[in-house]
Amino acid sequence: MSSRCNLRFLIPGLALLLGGVPSVLAVWPQPQQIRNSAERYSLSARAFLFKHADVSAVRSGCDVLDQAFTRYFTLIFPESGGGGTGGAHNRYFWTEADPFTVEVNVAEGPCDGYPAEGSIENYKLTVSPGQAVLTSVTVWGALRGLESLSQLVEQDDYGAYYINKTEIEDFPRFQFRGLLLDTSRHYLPLQAILKTLDAMAYSKLNVFHWHIVDDPSFPYQSRKYPDLSKKGAYHPFTHIYTQTDVRRVIEHARLRGIRVLAEFDSPGHTQSWGNGQPSLLTPCYRGDVPSGTYGPVNPILDSTYVFMANLLKEVTSVFPDSYIHLGGDEVDFSCWKSNPDIKAFMKKMGFGSDFTKLESFYIIVNISTMLNRSSVVWQDVFDYHEINRPRYVVEVWKWGCYLCEVRRVTKAGHRVLLSAPWYINHISYGQDWRNSYTVQPQNFSGTEEQKKLVIGGEVCMWGEYVDATNLSPRLWPRACAAAERLWSDEVQTSSVDQAFPRLTDFRCRLLRRGIQAEPLYVGHCKNEYQGI
Amino acid sequence: MLLSIQLQREFGALLLAAVAACVAWEDGDVWDYDGHKLKDSDFLALWPLPQKVQSSAVSFQLSASRFQFTHAEGSSAGSDCSILQNAFRRYFDYIFGFTKKDRDQRRRNAAGSEVLELQVAITSPDAECDGFPSLTSDESYELSVDQPSAVLKAPKVWGALRGLETFSQLVYEDAYGARNINKTGVSDFPRFAHRGVLLDSSRHYLPLKVILANLEAMAMNKYNVFHWHISDDQSFPYVSRMFPDLSQKGSYHPYTHVYTPADVKMVIEFARMRGIRVIAEFDTPGHTQSWGFGQKDLLTPCYTGSSPSGTYGPVNPILNTTYDFMAGFFKEISTVFPDAYVHLGGDEVDFSCWKSNPDIQKFMDQQGFGKDYSKLESFYIQRLLDIVSSTDKGYMVWQEVFDNGVKLKMDTLIHVWKGNEAQYQAEMARVTGAGYRTLLSTPWYLNRISYGQDWRDAYKADPCNFTGTDAQKKLVIGGEACLWGEYVDASNLTPRLWPRASAVAERLWSDQGVRDISDAYVRLVQHRCRMVERGIPAEPLFTGYCRHEYSGV
Repeated sequence: MSSRCNLRFLIPGLALLLGGVPSVLAVWPQPQQIRNSAERYSLSARAFLFKHADVSAVRSGCDVLDQAFTRYFTLIFPESGGGGTGGAHNRYFWTEADPFTVEVNVAEGPCDGYPAEGSIENYKLTVSPGQAVLTSVTVWGALRGLESLSQLVEQDDYGAYYINKTEIEDFPRFQFRGLLLDTSRHYLPLQAILKTLDAMAYSKLNVFHWHIVDDPSFPYQSRKYPDLSKKGAYHPFTHIYTQTDVRRVIEHARLRGIRVLAEFDSPGHTQSWGNGQPSLLTPCYRGDVPSGTYGPVNPILDSTYVFMANLLKEVTSVFPDSYIHLGGDEVDFSCWKSNPDIKAFMKKMGFGSDFTKLESFYIIVNISTMLNRSSVVWQDVFDYHEINRPRYVVEVWKWGCYLCEVRRVTKAGHRVLLSAPWYINHISYGQDWRNSYTVQPQNFSGTEEQKKLVIGGEVCMWGEYVDATNLSPRLWPRACAAAERLWSDEVQTSSVDQAFPRLTDFRCRLLRRGIQAEPLYVGHCKNEYQGI
Repeated sequence: MLLSIQLQREFGALLLAAVAACVAWEDGDVWDYDGHKLKDSDFLALWPLPQKVQSSAVSFQLSASRFQFTHAEGSSAGSDCSILQNAFRRYFDYIFGFTKKDRDQRRRNAAGSEVLELQVAITSPDAECDGFPSLTSDESYELSVDQPSAVLKAPKVWGALRGLETFSQLVYEDAYGARNINKTGVSDFPRFAHRGVLLDSSRHYLPLKVILANLEAMAMNKYNVFHWHISDDQSFPYVSRMFPDLSQKGSYHPYTHVYTPADVKMVIEFARMRGIRVIAEFDTPGHTQSWGFGQKDLLTPCYTGSSPSGTYGPVNPILNTTYDFMAGFFKEISTVFPDAYVHLGGDEVDFSCWKSNPDIQKFMDQQGFGKDYSKLESFYIQRLLDIVSSTDKGYMVWQEVFDNGVKLKMDTLIHVWKGNEAQYQAEMARVTGAGYRTLLSTPWYLNRISYGQDWRDAYKADPCNFTGTDAQKKLVIGGEACLWGEYVDASNLTPRLWPRASAVAERLWSDQGVRDISDAYVRLVQHRCRMVERGIPAEPLFTGYCRHEYSGV
């Protein structure tokens, strides 16, 4: 990606004249093009209005924007307390004649859809005397623009709000900017997930990868197979996600332009499935007798495929996104190896003793069930070197030369998601966000076509050591580093030291918005976190 | 010295108990009433593990509508003892927090299977209800749980507080949500007298609420010292009555990021209610950048070549005004903080600024210090110690003060914090070899984080693991878990500290022989869920769940 515009394209004279433009540049992630000037306009909650442009394809009644107006009004004027002020059909009592107007012009509907692969998030924002004009192709782009707008608003020493004259032209570098939460190793209360979605929107992340089940627990309450959570969750009533919960997550995400990518990882990582679905898992053997323990999903039974087809059918009806994550990582072959029936099957299929072939066989059947959906799999599936690979998106997660893997996968023509350098559940002392920030996802030798196959990446917060008590401060602001890498121009944002003060600022903004974001280093925020 | 002799006279026997810390106690195991040794996690999730527990499978119920805490007949504390009255309310909430009001009414069992009261008996004539805990406070207690009455005996309120915590930990929730407790006998006392947590309110300001919440968590872990590292280079949030400019100009914000006298009082009283001492640290002569804004000429002007560079170094040790200021300041501190000790810091003094300053060089020559700036540091510390001694306070210092050969009074507490394992053990040997009492923090810098279960390392460390005589070992008074503030503020402090600091708490309270880490894991998992249930966002140790997850998101 080439740099389209230099960040330093400001009007230095003006800035100097008025003593500099302090934190006004702190839009996170850095827009592709931004021009600020020191000219500023004061804003007041009593004279501030969002409205749809006359020519906009979207009008009042568009819930995505109506709700965004309410939300951003409160974010811009925290003291106003929300409570139905703001919004397109604003009934606020004006004390000033000419309100500052934010005019939103969206070229295309609809409003009631879901953000999807290929949704255009571009927007243009112009702040001038008395008004701001926000134009975008879709409502999703308008959401991104509203976020930037809200970040441009500052408070002076007297508590008065102002915004600087600004022009922004912005679009994401990558279309897929994800964050993974793991609700199996620890159950995350709904509130923790919704809060995370809020913070994702503030960082312009647009995919919530919900690693919803795994070995330790199965909290997803299935309509068709209720025993899965009844017997596989930590607790069948308090530690599950009901269908209502799931719908709520999807809707909360949709209103923020966030896709929900559900992962039902198999055939490994499925211990918890076995409690509620007898004979799904492979019985392991010790010598000639079953040992009483179970391994991965049993890939040789027809009943397995019937079950998987039914479950995945349900999942695709519940989760509207066109992507589904099928997992496929870290399959331990030792149990399969121990089982005489599996060995017989291997022989029959001519797999020899190559158990990767058996896993591929299993995965391919599942993928082919997923008509009209793009399957995402962990890189392990690609690494089996199966000749007749179906089309899928490969998520590169293994540490080491991850860009070598990206090169191999794209060379084979698959789309790639990068998460290897962004396993931020791994913590260390100090400012480890810097490592996340300096990742260069396309810095491998390959054709332009190959580079384009890198569709984005994900921040992963695996759940071994994380639950509601520490999730937020561990995620934020560390995930913001990857968010900027995935949104912004790489050349403009190559300096981690320049990012530091901006991120410090942004972190305080997150705190102000009620996100429990931890500090980068010594210092303070005007409004400290008020919980414990 | 006088003070300590006097204390010794008054609490001689107790001092003996406290200093026996490094000598193994043989009864660190849990036995049932028939004399069978139990795995301590079989019945109990007690944390830290008491010195002696006898447990049985016989269980009794507790009813929220009938259970009472009472003052036993003959107890030297009664309903005018605010420490106990407050503790009763606190522990009632902990015990019955999640109980629906009438739930237990349905399940009323036959008479005789219910604990109706916990009688608390303070056995010594002075319960110390209105006093402050100290280094020599008696925290021992005996608890006997039976029906219809459980009895908690302790010489002082401080032991009663520890016993109430243990009692609350013995209560468990059955499948119906009702509260149960097993027939149990506990005889308990701390291995070390000084069990502290350091919080740093300078690098990041910590709102009062956060400090208070952590005092709550400390009490749940039987910690008894809050080491308040209140000022440092970055900010000076302590509002001094005598020198208000220190916080006015040296805090992050003079109104929102300060501790007023009322705040400090509240912290001290809140801590006292939980048997926790508050030891304030005003670290000098280094780590004082923030002091300079509000106190002119206090810091040493650094020079570039022959002219002042505009930057400042450590406290200027060659001016009389410095010592006048310190005398006034520490006089105030001695009245604000009631504890018998004040922490004077003395760590990490950077000599480069002193070296650059011609006046300092001249002074060095006059004093015959040559080029040895540690002598200048000693000169300063020496005078500071004299000043603080005159306020009748004892003092704690970081190990450098000892390392640099400053002449110290024998009742000085040396705080060891540097080096790797071999180095801190050697330091402990040197300090105690010289006859000083010491406490350990090196292995417990909990601000340092890594991926995985690093509580295990904290758990394994032991302050008595060094080569030395029994007499030397007796000089080890305990240790402190330190949470320095570079990367920590209200947003992440509590989950970062807990339950990792719990590991240190058990090391400092329980018998030296309590070291089985897989048993500790089982108990600590439950203890962390208990803290979560009580509203402390203690982070998980590993994959799993709590019955009542943290709901404060």
